[in-house]
Amino acid sequence: MSVDAATVRRIAHLARIAVTDEEVPHLQGELNAMLAFVEQLGEVNVDGVEPMTSVTPMEMKKRPDVVNDGGIPDDIVRNAPATDGHFFLVPKVVE
Amino acid sequence: MTDLTSLTLAEAREGLANKSFTSLELTDAHLGAIEAARALNAFVMETPDQARAMARAIDAKIGKGHGGPLAGIPLGIKDLFATRDVRTTACSKILGNFVPTYESTVTSQLWRDGAVMLGKLNNDEFAMGSSNETSCFGPVVNPWRREGSNTALVPGGSSGGSASAVAAMLCMGATATDTGGSIRQPAAFTGTVGIKPTYGRCSRWGIVAFASSLDQAGPIARTVRDSAILMRSMAGHDPKDTTSVDRAVPDYEAAIGKSVKGMKIGIPREYRLDGMPAEIEKLWSEGAAWLKAAGAELVDVSLPHTKYALPAYYIVAPAEASSNLARYDGVRYGLRVPGRSIGEQYENTRAEGFGAEVRRRVMIGTYVLSAGYYDAYYLRAQKVRTLIKRDFEDCFAKGVHAILTPATPSAAFGVGEKGADPVEMYLNDIFTVTVNMAGLPGIAVPAGRDAQALPLGLQLIGRPFDEETLFSLGEVIEQAAGRFTPARWW
Repeated sequence: MSVDAATVRRIAHLARIAVTDEEVPHLQGELNAMLAFVEQLGEVNVDGVEPMTSVTPMEMKKRPDVVNDGGIPDDIVRNAPATDGHFFLVPKVVE
Repeated sequence: MTDLTSLTLAEAREGLANKSFTSLELTDAHLGAIEAARALNAFVMETPDQARAMARAIDAKIGKGHGGPLAGIPLGIKDLFATRDVRTTACSKILGNFVPTYESTVTSQLWRDGAVMLGKLNNDEFAMGSSNETSCFGPVVNPWRREGSNTALVPGGSSGGSASAVAAMLCMGATATDTGGSIRQPAAFTGTVGIKPTYGRCSRWGIVAFASSLDQAGPIARTVRDSAILMRSMAGHDPKDTTSVDRAVPDYEAAIGKSVKGMKIGIPREYRLDGMPAEIEKLWSEGAAWLKAAGAELVDVSLPHTKYALPAYYIVAPAEASSNLARYDGVRYGLRVPGRSIGEQYENTRAEGFGAEVRRRVMIGTYVLSAGYYDAYYLRAQKVRTLIKRDFEDCFAKGVHAILTPATPSAAFGVGEKGADPVEMYLNDIFTVTVNMAGLPGIAVPAGRDAQALPLGLQLIGRPFDEETLFSLGEVIEQAAGRFTPARWW
């Protein structure tokens, strides 16, 4: 399978990465090179094989559903590029 | 005092314990070495004040006789580990001047055991790379050079700063992470020892995530013993990482010098690649001969799905990365590039904040997870992963204790020499990536040199949670091959 220019733009939008028109042909070439490389997986017979979901067989631990951390709003917003008190500031979302 | 930097971690531990020198003296010697080695670009943040404060505090504790297993040992920390109040960037512009308000579990255990932090080490952006050339702080230079040449070589990646700093004696050991070979390949390129433990052995909490089902922390050090000492402090269960395993951490150092007599060592035929350089072939058979001379038994084994590990990795890892890196949106931390709407702000921020390699992998990951392609790519790759793991299980079920392979298909290459074709760069991880896909432990130990006198490494792959056997076997190789130290030019 290979991707065309429109698909490259669609993937970029899904990934929320702005791409310029000049970047598209280059990205298209690189993505197609990667897709060509992984194409060989088509040779493998995977009939009846379970997909891996956990690399180490282990039971997921459970813990009581209680609050065990918190009360640190200063820490939470410490690295924010723009804040108002303990709120993150972003451009207008709803018109 | 500069000769203090040439001690191994184990030797320094002894010198500190019998008060031949203080941690402050040892730390100062390393801070001086770091300052003199800025040409290597191994550190992206030096923390001399903090290092001296930590050294003074631990010296007081050593005086009272309770310093801890790493008391006073100066270490470098890969910039992928969150360090409280010290900038942590994953070497990406998108994290900007991010200063964590918390400490990663692995580093907190090092400080608990008395280690001293010298600073943060360079790496490929978000650990995506095999040459340390994708870092937003620029490439790291390998302290090794080809005989009679001044060409700058890469230290490998993604833990290139860790490997370069340890090889150049700027720190006694370093933390690193390995998703497809990022500890073992740079260790092989710099004549150092690097171990990626079994998935789940170390907590991933506080480590910037790349591909969560593959990422694992481990040490890079100058000897097998030093790596065993560090491993013990780094490993252990952490309730904050549900994939970390609740099992006792053994005294790995006790495995050093243990007899390997009677151990079965698998030599996998699929790792003998077409066109493999003769010197790699020679290194491999030499390593096998050393293990045999130590009493191990060599057996031919087959891992039939080996060739599919790298293509499967380049679906699984980007898929997980695209999901993990979705958090970088310019809202809560890091770089923000404004836009007319919040959507445009996301797109502008991520276009400017991510480097080319990261953008490429996030896009591939997004594609293979998108509607209509999920089954053909992602689901198939996860099935192939099951088969890769099964190959190893079959091999271990036949009584094989460990598997010996080359660590890399070549020695270190020049800065800027590779990379025009991304797939060419990916082939660096051909021998290491299988281990991540199967969640197994793997150690790279320096074993010889190529025709241009550059170090080459061998890899040993172990059964799940049997790092101890790898340390025992690694020690045999180190004893036979000797240690590898670059001539100082910087």
